[in-house]
Parts: sequence; C-alpha cells; structure tokens
Amino acid sequence: MDLTWSDAEEAFRAEARAWLAANVPAAPLPSGDTREGFDLHLEWERTLFEARWAVVSWPESYGGREASIWEWLLFEEEYYRAGAPQRVTQNGIFLLAPTLFEFGTPEQQDRFLPKMASGEETWCQGWSEPDAGSDLAGISSRAERDDAAGGWRLTGQKTWTTRGAFCTHLFGLYRTDPTAERHRGLTYFLLPLDSPGVTVRGFGRLDGDEGFAEVFCDDVFVPEAMVLGEVDHGWKVAMATTGSERGLTLRSPGRFLATVARLVELARDRGVDDPLVRQRVAQAQIAAEAYQLQTLATVTKLSAGEAAGAESSLTKVFWSELDVQLHETALSLLGHDAELDDTPWMKGWQFALSGPIYAGTNEIQRNVIAERVLGLPRK
Amino acid sequence: MRFAFSDDQLAFRDAVRDLLAKECPPSAVREAWSNDTGRTATAWAALGEMGVLGALVPEDRGGLGLSEVDVVLLAEETGRAALPEPFVEHALVGAPLLATEAAATGAVTVTAGDPLVPYADTAHTIVRLGHESFVVARSAADLTAHRSVDHSRRLFEVVASGGSEPLERAAVSTAYWRATLGFSAQLVGLGHHLLDTTTEYVIERKQFGAPIGSFQAIKHKLADVRIALEFAAPLVYRAASSLTVGDPSARTHVSMAKAAAADAASLAARHALQCHGAMGYSFEYDLHLWIKRVWALAGAWGDATWHRELVARAILDP
Repeated sequence: MDLTWSDAEEAFRAEARAWLAANVPAAPLPSGDTREGFDLHLEWERTLFEARWAVVSWPESYGGREASIWEWLLFEEEYYRAGAPQRVTQNGIFLLAPTLFEFGTPEQQDRFLPKMASGEETWCQGWSEPDAGSDLAGISSRAERDDAAGGWRLTGQKTWTTRGAFCTHLFGLYRTDPTAERHRGLTYFLLPLDSPGVTVRGFGRLDGDEGFAEVFCDDVFVPEAMVLGEVDHGWKVAMATTGSERGLTLRSPGRFLATVARLVELARDRGVDDPLVRQRVAQAQIAAEAYQLQTLATVTKLSAGEAAGAESSLTKVFWSELDVQLHETALSLLGHDAELDDTPWMKGWQFALSGPIYAGTNEIQRNVIAERVLGLPRK
Repeated sequence: MRFAFSDDQLAFRDAVRDLLAKECPPSAVREAWSNDTGRTATAWAALGEMGVLGALVPEDRGGLGLSEVDVVLLAEETGRAALPEPFVEHALVGAPLLATEAAATGAVTVTAGDPLVPYADTAHTIVRLGHESFVVARSAADLTAHRSVDHSRRLFEVVASGGSEPLERAAVSTAYWRATLGFSAQLVGLGHHLLDTTTEYVIERKQFGAPIGSFQAIKHKLADVRIALEFAAPLVYRAASSLTVGDPSARTHVSMAKAAAADAASLAARHALQCHGAMGYSFEYDLHLWIKRVWALAGAWGDATWHRELVARAILDP
C-alpha cells in the first residue's frame, strides 16, 4: 500500500494546476444547459483542446496526452478545484468515447474522436423514450435495413435527452429485430442530428434551463458505418456506456472534493456553532473522502487488469446521494438566504436531485447490487 | 499510488480467517456468553502461536515487527468471527506497549480500556487509559465488574491498589488511536458477517411462495448495507496506512474510519434483524451475538457522533 503520488504525477498535477489558474474564466459562464451558455462553453472547450487538456487520457493523435488513469484523476481534481466550467462535451468524451475505443472500428475512431475532442461535434445520449425510462430494454424506436441504400432507416422518439437541442450528434439504441427477446435485437447507432427526417424540440428541466430535448426520427437514413458494435448486439455496447456513466469517468471524486471544500468554506463564513450542522459538514467531508479512496482502490484493481464489474452500481448510488447531502447541508447553512437566486447552491441542489434519477435510477441500481453483487434471486 | 494490500498481507488474513473458522465458530461465541471467562477455550493460544498477538511488537522483542497496515485485516477477521477475546486491546495496544516476549506470544495477556476495561479479570496486565493513564498488574488492581449488553465482554472498573506505572502522553495517544483503528476494522468485519448471513437467510426463507430476498423491500435494505460497507472499509484501510507512515492527519483519518465503520455496522445490524424477522429476534438464534457486539463496539472508544465532531474540529476550526 502506497498512498503517495510519484514525482512525475506531482509534476503533471502542477502543470495542470498552473494552466488552469491562468486560463479558467474569472467569472462563471452562464449555464451550459442554455443556448447562450452552451456556445460560451464550447469556446472554453476549444481553449482546453488547443492546450491539449480536453481529453488528457486519449492518444496524442486525437488531441490527448496519453495520461494514465491516475493522472486523469489528478487532472479532474485540479479541474474542479479550479472551479472550471462544466464540460458540455461530457456525454461524448466521457460516455461515448470509452465505448468507441472498445467497440468502434479504426475508421469510426478516426472519424469521430478528433472532432469530439475539439468540440466541433457534440454528442447527446438517446436512451430514454416516453414509455421506456428505467426499463431501457422496453424501447420501441426502430431501425429497418435499407439494403439498396446501404444502411438503415430510423423511426421513433427519444426524450429527456440532455442538451439534445444544442448538440450535433446523438448516440442511441434502436430496435433492429422486433421478434427477438427484449435485450436482444437492439443496435447502437450514431446519428447526425442534421439528417433529413430528424426533428429536435428542446424543453425545460425542473431548474428552468432548456437542458432537455425530444428527438423524433421519421424514416431517417443512416449509413452502415454509423452502427457501433454488432447489429442486434447493441445492449452489450450500451451497457459499456452506462457502466462509464455510473462509475468513474462521468463523476470523478474531484468533483465532490471541490464541492465539499466550498461547503466547508461556506460553513466557516456562516459560523459553525450548531453541533448538528457540524456533524453534517463533517459527514460530507468523510463521505467525499470515502468516495475518493474507494476510487483509488478501484483504479488500483483496474491498473492490475481486473474488471470493475457490477460494483459501478454501488458507486452511482453513493456519489449521487453524497451530492444531494452536500447541497442539502449548504442550504441549511444558508437558511433564509437559500431561496435567493444568486446562490449557486440552490441551482446546484436542483441539479443534484437529478443524480439519483439519471444513469439508471438508484432503485434500479439497488436491484442490480442485490442481484449481481449479493446474488439475490431476480424473482 | 497503490491502494491495495500485498499478497503476503492477504495470505496472512486468509490464514487468520481459517484459524478462526476452526477455533471460534458461532458455538464458541455463544459459549463465551455464559462461561467463567467470557473467552474461548483455544483461540487465544492458537493466535499466539501464529504470531498474531505480537504482530506489532518489534522483532528483537519477540514479535513480528509488523505495521498497522499489516494487522488491520487481521482485526477485521476477528470482527467477522465476533472473537470474544481482548484482541485489539492486546495486539494493538498492550503487547506493543509492553514489548516483551511473553506479551508477544500471548503467554501474558494485556488488556486495555477507557474507562471500563474488558477481560481485566483474566488478564495479567491492565492498561487503564483515561484521565490518569497507567499500567498495573492484575494482582495489584481492584476490579468491579460491570455487565455489557454483549455478555461475552466482561467489563471492569479498575483501581490500582498496588504499584502502577503512569503512562506518558505519547504512549496514551498511540494506544488510543491504534485501538480505535482496531475496533473500526472489527466493526467492518462484523458488518460483513451480518450481511453475509442475512443474504443467505433471505435466499432460503420463503413467504408468499417466493424467497423473501426476491422482494425489492429486502433487496434495497441489503444493497444499502453493502454500499455502506464498501465505502467504510477504504477509510479504515487509509487510517491504517496513515498511522503506519505517520501522516500528520492520521488521527482525523482514524476518526473518519470509526464514524463510518460504526455507522455501516449499525446499519448492517438493524437491517439484518429486520430481514430475519422474528427468527432473528429469538435468543436461541445466533444473530443477536453479532448484533450486540456491534452495539458495544459502535460506542466504545468514541461513537460516530464523537468522532465526527473531531473531524469537524479538524476542518472547521483549524
């Protein structure tokens, strides 16, 4: 057991910290889940990309630094510590890209990854449908083969698609074999949202931002090259993405360590005599460090070639509830000021409440933990 | 960076687990509830023979010269087995403090406590921590018995009647934080045993024509226990590492470990009982032996609230 960083890792951290200190916008950008804010965030993404900080763990040929997973964790810590803007490119870089690296052809990787890294193409996720949320395998959007044209024709509706109204591309699941068992006969497609027959309609989220969209496909043609992984085996491909979403790549510990640091600062500013509030702040610090440490243990395993597995469900419940708890405590500290619009905590609180819902509700995760980790019977 | 145990450390843990499966089955824990000593017939000698009791004693004093990182998993195993012996008191506190060969082998039993001292009546030497901290021979101490909710934990108020040796501040501090680490690890082990046995039970037990473990109300409780243990354990292991390397935040790390381990084990105890229903509420059934150990250790050496307040002081009043 060795809980110290190497000189090379410390040097990497120092370089990231110095660059972020010099480049992070002084004033916070408007929310990236609005049209105006999204465009400003894309400018920031270009700045990151040009300095090769957009995709640190990727190969250099795609704009990365070939950083180790340890260095990636350090970069994330520094990124959130610096108060840098939200990553509006995250669904591409953190969710689709790991899947592309695992299942994509070299042509697909060359075609999509560089423009994803630069922010020239932005990706949203097409999982949920009006009648298929937690029950993802119940989707009814379909794709039919068009042999003459050498591709597929997509029809159906996706919804609650985050930043769908602003992104250029969607990745999603479509049913290609309606006769197969629910989890079979699904195929993972990559879809340019400017394809003829696509209609995107943005709509508001609970926090008021237009962060959601419905994406309608009406006989939309996509060429064969836009299938990721094998036809009819999209479930397996999609599970790789949701594994990333629940686990490490989407919500690194640095994010929560930074939030808890802001909470501690708020508590000091507001005074911290109330023993109950002190307990809650301490608990938040303990939980954020627990998440960091559990991540270090997981990365140690991954580095030794072991698989992460169903444990990502444990992680997802933990960080999403931690985020709620952090914001709840901050609102307690703010008291009657909590309702005021100029506190970032109320906005953050509303976003935190989406955590136990997205990426598979925490109820679904608890089922997965019970069945796959503990071995309890499904029925 | 490598947050994992070595193969040797894991092999030592497995050996202790195997030893305890043989020397400390549930029947031995139950037996300790009503026998004269509150302890097992053979586990102490067997652990001594393996070197476990002198793990932290320097090699030139007859011990194994190991560190907190080496012993934290062993303590976890003694928790898993609900070992009714002064393991943490001796192996993490008393033996390294005395640093004698007799203590290292367990031939001499050293116990420790604050304010009450477990198993003081059967120990040879007593380390009393608290307002005044001292070491006293059993023969030079007056003992007053107190009954724990866990009947195997024989507790005593200790007053030195003969010659006692005062303990220095640094020694008291080392003892306190090592003991707290040891009990945190035992709580994680106890929690895992409760989760494992409850998982087995809910798969076997059928109601409404189905295993009760197929019901989401049960699944979600046990998933919550698994999550709590998953995130408590790394805090305990980090605390062991911090004590070993002398990290300046080591004490805060131990407090975080104790708070999280006590909470996780208490949740495990609560949900284990609920999922066992009336079966678990029966005195003849072994479940309560583990549950009551959790209740005892959750409060010993500072409960979760106390340790969270120590964390609060570290981060809010620097």
